[in-house]
Amino acid sequence: MSADTVKKFISFDALPGFLARVAETGTVYAPRREGGAVVYRPLKPGDAPELGARPTESCKHVVFPRSETLFSFDLKAERPALTESPEPGPAVVFGALSCDARGFLAFDPVYNGSGTGGSARDTYYLRRRSRTLLVVKACKSALNTCFCNWVGGGPASPQGADVLAVETEQGLVLDILSEQGAAFAESLPAASEAQAGAALAAVKAVEDSLPGAAELSAAPAALASLFSSAEFWKNESAHCLYCGACTYLCPTCYCFNITDESDGLSGVRLRSWDNCMSPLFTLEASGHNPRPNKADRLKNRVGHKFSYYPSLHAGRFSCCGCGRCIKSCPSSVDIRKIVLDAVKEAANV
Amino acid sequence: MSIQDELKSAIKAALPDLSCVIGWGAGPEPLRAAPLFIRGEADLQNFSAGFLSVNNPALYLPALKGSKVGVVAKGCDARSVGQLATETLIIREEVHVIGYPCEGVIDVDKVAAALAGVCEPGEVGALREDGDNVALDTPKGEVRLAKKDIAADKCGRCIFPNAENADVFVGIRRAPTVVEDAYADIAAFEARGTEELKAFWEKEMSRCIRCYACRNACPLCVCRDHCIAASREPHWIGQTDDVPDKLFFQVIHAVHLSGRCTGCGECERACPLGIPVLKLKRALSRRVENLFGYKAGIATGTPPLLTFNIEESTIKERDW
Repeated sequence: MSADTVKKFISFDALPGFLARVAETGTVYAPRREGGAVVYRPLKPGDAPELGARPTESCKHVVFPRSETLFSFDLKAERPALTESPEPGPAVVFGALSCDARGFLAFDPVYNGSGTGGSARDTYYLRRRSRTLLVVKACKSALNTCFCNWVGGGPASPQGADVLAVETEQGLVLDILSEQGAAFAESLPAASEAQAGAALAAVKAVEDSLPGAAELSAAPAALASLFSSAEFWKNESAHCLYCGACTYLCPTCYCFNITDESDGLSGVRLRSWDNCMSPLFTLEASGHNPRPNKADRLKNRVGHKFSYYPSLHAGRFSCCGCGRCIKSCPSSVDIRKIVLDAVKEAANV
Repeated sequence: MSIQDELKSAIKAALPDLSCVIGWGAGPEPLRAAPLFIRGEADLQNFSAGFLSVNNPALYLPALKGSKVGVVAKGCDARSVGQLATETLIIREEVHVIGYPCEGVIDVDKVAAALAGVCEPGEVGALREDGDNVALDTPKGEVRLAKKDIAADKCGRCIFPNAENADVFVGIRRAPTVVEDAYADIAAFEARGTEELKAFWEKEMSRCIRCYACRNACPLCVCRDHCIAASREPHWIGQTDDVPDKLFFQVIHAVHLSGRCTGCGECERACPLGIPVLKLKRALSRRVENLFGYKAGIATGTPPLLTFNIEESTIKERDW
């Protein structure tokens, strides 16, 4: 949090009313507790967002839906008809985590055409991305599974955020980081010097409380060098169940599948999330599968995030360190351990 | 000798004849262990069994069929081994079961509820076991919780805390928590009526992200890489984000497990969104137990729904 940016203030009491007014012009997604989970849901007017516990899932589905209708088709008529899906409306994510916002920075180069000289732009992604405002709520502490600071983030990182909200005793101090963020907070009063000072102190306190970051600069080369080390990957993946929990909770996993859901000659073409831990992901039409075992697939998942992606995108890891893949893994797979083991293993070879 | 040491001795004694022994070791945070594949004596220093040993090691057995493997088993894990063997999905002689008296295992969601207002479970810095209690180091000081208050629901209705089919049993057998599982939870749940249950499942399943952790954590879910949910040709289940497609899979899963599910609860524990999918399986297990007197993982012989009799003695089909 910089001392130079515009700071606004909203009390906890005023928050539900304010967000209800925002929701009149678009959908406001906010964390809500449901059962044992915290999920991002459209905020009901008058409800307060759950800001006390970190969301189980990331908010990537707001921009990259779990399943999205690309278009509908009807081949019964004389002239086959294709109907585009309606334009999405504006959205606000209120209470995203800073790691969630940084997750979209790993999505962007893949979908905005920058990796292909502008030729492959994903309009479905880009239209939602440009219409989604991210209000990040700074974390007050780190979980055991958090490692945002290993990969260039922090509990109150402004990267990718339009507004950074920092909790103080009376309410939230909002750090305005973009034009859209300024429009969002326009009706709110400026934060007093004392309020802004309290927010800066809160950010410093949480940043100071984080354990030190591991050094990962050797990871890309190490993982590449272990590509053929079957024994290493067999051991690392032994307890993995190869489900999709890690992938689908991950703010940076962007792979998708396309299927036609048809009823006779009419139907819809869907784009839905896909999961590289599933054997179907690489199953070829011939029946051959280049990644037949979970060891092959976990190698790809970790290699993609910490070696192949950085080699294509200026060294950035496609991991924001949110730790959800560790926290929610049913068999306690720890991606941090795999990467560090790889660095160690490669150094010994 | 402590149970830990006795278990380590039993594993050490068995290792020379086995490709590995599956147990538990330190996990990524104090409240969670991780499954541990013990391939040599050096791995034993990371082994421990007890209140954090939630994962069911029987899950890994079908994929290891053809090699001799050991498992350290809680009572419920041993039932999975028994059921897998009954269905010849594993060869019983290839599996060396090391049992111990299980005192129940932790449910991290219950810890989360107990720590509400204190911290998230992921902020617990250390867990110390102290008899029937645990002491947790939290940012706001030590919190003591009774194990029975944070144990998994299944432990509260456990009939078989000791691996019944163990090849080696370590320690003194525990008395079961209850004599019989009366399925009182399911009876009360079903009494809520069709409309309310429909609304319940619509709400719960709307959180589902279709990660299939429930399926992949299930030791009896053996179609593995050929699951109907993943089939594109034929395309049985749609790829929408809608409740009907999600619930459709859960119903198929439950029906495939009817009379086979041993109630280990791994499906529900694995769900990252906390959807209570074990209820569906228990609703069917209750009926199979009542109708056929078959307790999966304990009974031997073909599970009742994998075969049929022209006249089922327990089903009154006609008035005559």
